[in-house]
Amino acid sequence: MSPLAGHKADFPVLARTFDDKPLIYLDSANTSQKPQMVIDAMAEYYERSNANVHRGSYKLAHEATEALEGARAKVARFINAPAVHEVIFAKNVTELLNLLAQTWGRANLGKGDAVVLTEMEHHANIVPWHMLAAERGIELRWIPITPDGQLDLREIDRLLDGAKLLSFTAMSNVLGTITPVAELSALAHAAGATVIVDASQHVPHLPTDVQAMGADFVAFTGHKMLGPMGIGALWGRTELLEAMPPFLGGGEMILNVTKEGFTTTELPWKFEAGTPAVDAAVGLGAAVDYLSAVGMEAIREHEVSLTGYAMRTLTERHGDDITIHGPSEPASRGGVFSFTYKGVHPHDIAQVLDEQNICVRAGHHCAKPLMKVLGENATTRASLYLYNDESDIDALADTLSAADMFAL
Amino acid sequence: MGLEDLYREIIIDHYRSPRNRGELGEPATRTEGFNPLCGDEVVVFLDIDEGGVVTDVKIGGQGCSISMASASMMSAAVKGKTIDEVQQLTSSFKSMMSIHEREIGGDGSESEADSIVDAEFPMGDLEAMRGVVKFPVRIKCATLGWNTLLQGIDEHPAVS
Repeated sequence: MSPLAGHKADFPVLARTFDDKPLIYLDSANTSQKPQMVIDAMAEYYERSNANVHRGSYKLAHEATEALEGARAKVARFINAPAVHEVIFAKNVTELLNLLAQTWGRANLGKGDAVVLTEMEHHANIVPWHMLAAERGIELRWIPITPDGQLDLREIDRLLDGAKLLSFTAMSNVLGTITPVAELSALAHAAGATVIVDASQHVPHLPTDVQAMGADFVAFTGHKMLGPMGIGALWGRTELLEAMPPFLGGGEMILNVTKEGFTTTELPWKFEAGTPAVDAAVGLGAAVDYLSAVGMEAIREHEVSLTGYAMRTLTERHGDDITIHGPSEPASRGGVFSFTYKGVHPHDIAQVLDEQNICVRAGHHCAKPLMKVLGENATTRASLYLYNDESDIDALADTLSAADMFAL
Repeated sequence: MGLEDLYREIIIDHYRSPRNRGELGEPATRTEGFNPLCGDEVVVFLDIDEGGVVTDVKIGGQGCSISMASASMMSAAVKGKTIDEVQQLTSSFKSMMSIHEREIGGDGSESEADSIVDAEFPMGDLEAMRGVVKFPVRIKCATLGWNTLLQGIDEHPAVS
């Protein structure tokens, strides 16, 4: 019995049944479920404290502002940010990476400049750079992956030579690979490049210290870390954020507006035009409290152990019929595994699993360049979190055989 | 609702033994269709003669049982038909696959929707695909080949 076993009961949706059978949720890399505490915090915000923020002259508005800024402080502490004003909220990592491409990117990248990505990026960390490449004529370079699903760093010096930016994932959403963030940040800085880390899969599952990571920007999203949808956070170094032009223009982000122009306000609000998702920020703050109470070390330990169990169980049960992509060693990966089974299309696998209420993701996982490298059109992906246990894995292993009807 | 509604015997048969699988060279057109949800890809090769008759069709690409079976059944159904007939058939098939139109139209009862569809064009074996509507995430799989076919017809030099 895992030391985290009691926590499943904190997630109301996990008590749901379909056709009198329990729900088995193995899609947390896609979005996590929410503990009652997060749901309650958001309801309480609306029941007690709702008002618009940063502009009300009354007590209720002050309370709403405190709720938003209190959540920002919690998030900053959670990732060991040196300063609270270095944490910027937006709706998700996709928006934050577009923010970086449109602000830092447009201010710093011109024709012929090189941006280095990896072959295991999510489309959110590819398309914004493609868009800028089309507009600015910048060059995209790609760090390849090894057959074991690790970054292949043999050519890293050549790839970083003369590059202006390295933007990469801290943990692959397809392979679960945990990348050497501090090492890559140091190499990129030595080559004179700025560093962006997509930590969408990292912050929810591993202790995260942005100072130890050594990057310049770290982006992550609330809904994958027990928080609500509609909020993500970016940590960035003060001097870089201050030098960047604003992203969206409008209310909240200005110091002054005249008929002739405008001046921007201070960090972090410079990048937060318009009324923010205060409810979602409050929910994210509660999620951070929940994760901190359980302990990120304990969560990581649980997931390493469960990942090992999953890889052993699936391999023992299905032998050569199953191929699990990514690192073979559980300690160097997160609880995300993409697999193929007997050549059956992932949609058909997901369909027969859903018959037993097992939720997995089938498809390219918003990482088509990686699919091409893996030589797959699509994979089935199961992903874990603190509320999963061995019985979930057993159900997956048992039910997979039902896909045999599609084996050609 | 059970999986037997989705995976009817005839669908599995088309999946295991796809009809008209392959490629066509010039002057046939080649049209690619993608399902952005899952990365499935269907390629439709189309030969249309001067009289507007689909003289040959071949299917390439890869996808799940539903998308491949639907494309296979489509290829068998449209071969030898005129463009007009193909377009009518496609429209009937797509309305059979459309839960939204069904919900919006009338009182949303299935019998009413069925009669509307049946009146349009005889579906033959394609009737077997009807069960897909009960699994909304799979509708895009079923219509991928048909949308690609329509695009291929639009782009064909014999059609303009």
